[in-house]
Amino acid sequence: MAVMRYREALNAALREEMERDSDVMLMGEDIGVFNGAFKVTAGLLEEFGEKRVRDTPISENTIVGMGVGAAMTGLRPVVELMTINFSLLAMDQIVNHAASIRYMFGGQVKVPLVVRMPQGAGHQLGPTHSHSWEALFLHVPGLLVATPTTASDAKGLLKSAIRDDNPVIFIEHEYLYGQRGEVPDDEDHTVRFGEAAIRREGSDVTIVGISRMALTAARAAKTLSEEHGIEAEVIDPRTLRPLDLDTILESVRKTNRCVIVEEGWPHGGVGANLAALIQEQAFDDLDAPVQRVTGADVPMPYSKPLEQIAFPHEQQIADAVLAAIGDR
Amino acid sequence: MAEHVAHTTEQAGLPEPEVAREWLETMTLIRRFEERAGEMYAKAKVGGFLHLAIGEEATIVGSTRALRDQDYLISTYRSHGHTLARGSDPNAVMAELFGRVDGLCKGRGGSMHMFDLANRFMGGYGIVGGNLPLAAGFALASDYLGRDEVTLCQFGDGASNQGTFGETMNLAALWRLPVVFMVTNNQFGMGTALERHSAVTDLMRKGEGFGVPGMRCDGMDVMDTYRVTSDALAIARDERRPVLVEAVTYRFRGHSMADPEEYRTKEQVDEWRQRDPVVVFGDELVAAGILDGDARERLDRAAIERIDAAVAFADASPHPAPNALYDDIYVLGDQVRGWYSVDERTPTPHRGEDERAMDSADLPHSDQGETVTKPTDAAQRDAD
Repeated sequence: MAVMRYREALNAALREEMERDSDVMLMGEDIGVFNGAFKVTAGLLEEFGEKRVRDTPISENTIVGMGVGAAMTGLRPVVELMTINFSLLAMDQIVNHAASIRYMFGGQVKVPLVVRMPQGAGHQLGPTHSHSWEALFLHVPGLLVATPTTASDAKGLLKSAIRDDNPVIFIEHEYLYGQRGEVPDDEDHTVRFGEAAIRREGSDVTIVGISRMALTAARAAKTLSEEHGIEAEVIDPRTLRPLDLDTILESVRKTNRCVIVEEGWPHGGVGANLAALIQEQAFDDLDAPVQRVTGADVPMPYSKPLEQIAFPHEQQIADAVLAAIGDR
Repeated sequence: MAEHVAHTTEQAGLPEPEVAREWLETMTLIRRFEERAGEMYAKAKVGGFLHLAIGEEATIVGSTRALRDQDYLISTYRSHGHTLARGSDPNAVMAELFGRVDGLCKGRGGSMHMFDLANRFMGGYGIVGGNLPLAAGFALASDYLGRDEVTLCQFGDGASNQGTFGETMNLAALWRLPVVFMVTNNQFGMGTALERHSAVTDLMRKGEGFGVPGMRCDGMDVMDTYRVTSDALAIARDERRPVLVEAVTYRFRGHSMADPEEYRTKEQVDEWRQRDPVVVFGDELVAAGILDGDARERLDRAAIERIDAAVAFADASPHPAPNALYDDIYVLGDQVRGWYSVDERTPTPHRGEDERAMDSADLPHSDQGETVTKPTDAAQRDAD
């Protein structure tokens, strides 16, 4: 085990996969000479050269589309978008092309493409750089969607994403880039998509935390245990497509209560979808309505106090748990 | 940029007789295919939208015949002719229009989304301008892997107004990619005339500000189109830089079958029809003694019979089975073992391709007593 930051774990995954497979190449805005807006690609241009680490013009739709085309004809491109907000400029290539091509052409080709992007609030970047949009991509059949929370998962999931033959939307988190964690040294350390992680075991309530919210939920669970004697089980799905619903259902059947926490908007969100799945398949096991804790239903404000109340913190999660338990 | 402008009609000379004959055969096959496709649409054998390329056969055949087998061709939603010219079986193309299992894309794509990997026809795409970045991506892979391949990307005059046009021109020039962009200027972006949709109507110049030189060919003349496209492909292949070729042509039919054509005059259509590329090229071959009148008639008859057979084939091909609904969404493997791993809505789901081959005891939902959903169940669920 080595302790490293989330961004360093991502960097290690890129380096190892590029060493492993010469068809893996990187494209993105300022990923080379600038070393990446969040330094995830630091040092890779120097190590692998301009053929494999390509600084691109600011043309999101086209660089993702070129990634799709190159993936169809033999490469394994990893495209970096500077924030998830910029992915909207590439939505045509992601949805109409990357996600649809295999299906609409009857399975004749595959699109082994990874599109990486960070999301998340907390740095006062305002309404065009701070959102959390797992739900936009979760919505699309044909895509795989990963939302790593720990350094170990960041590395293991990115390696799996690069090796997979399907298009993967790989959603990182700006807050998590600097977080440290233990990462296995093994170069074959991969984390399989579709396997949730149980971050904390408990028998009173299930908390499902998406992306950064898995960490916030774990902190809330500690407080709930210490101050209220409530033992929460915290689940980090790690990937949303495929989703390890079985692990979540198994936990809900044990705790009979569920709170879903996400940073994104409430309507049509990850929690809305998951709450529907849980009530469809575990209705008889529920002792209380499934609770959702989400980001506020607003574009992200710049003002620090407003921004801070626009995404979930421990207290809101604890309140939601207490509300769910209160029905006992 | 003027030195790159090649309008080479004056160098015209017919190709070898067997080559010329094959070009006319293919142009005729496309013409007869499109005519029958239109008839089948009127008979409701073909659904959705149907965009015919009647009038554009010289552009299609002249440009694709400049390609080698290993080169890539990518096109738009008006691409029956392109995939036929590349060598696709007319049976499979017609069956795709009919939405049948023997279609090029198993009935998933339809008229707007043809694809034939074996013949390196890399697809028809329904998003105007959406195919340009893909073409640059093919060229990037060719370049990266050191393969001797060039990509020819066809799109319409309307697509030259999309953001992807400028973005892709810039990137292809910046990275010196082996790609030729061909704007098929058929004078209209759907129902909006060129001069009403583009400030610059000299389309071959539209890439110059991005570092992509232009050429123009007479898209009604198969030989001129062949020659100019060949020159452009040679530049892309040998000099590693993209070229924009404008092929000036005209579609004789509406944008799609659902087009009352109120945006143009009958006189204009008639004027262009005087230059019908199939007729003109056939006349040239007769005049040059390559074909006589009888041979020309036999060639046309053979095309009609080939398309008759394609219609019969398509009509006999089955519709896809309901349990094919979830096939080919994902490449199945260790991480995606079946569609059910990403669609958990119901304990009695459709089965994807892999699960149908598996013992049901191995399925994760088997303890919930699942059965293969019958189409009526699915219809009922949708109705609910």
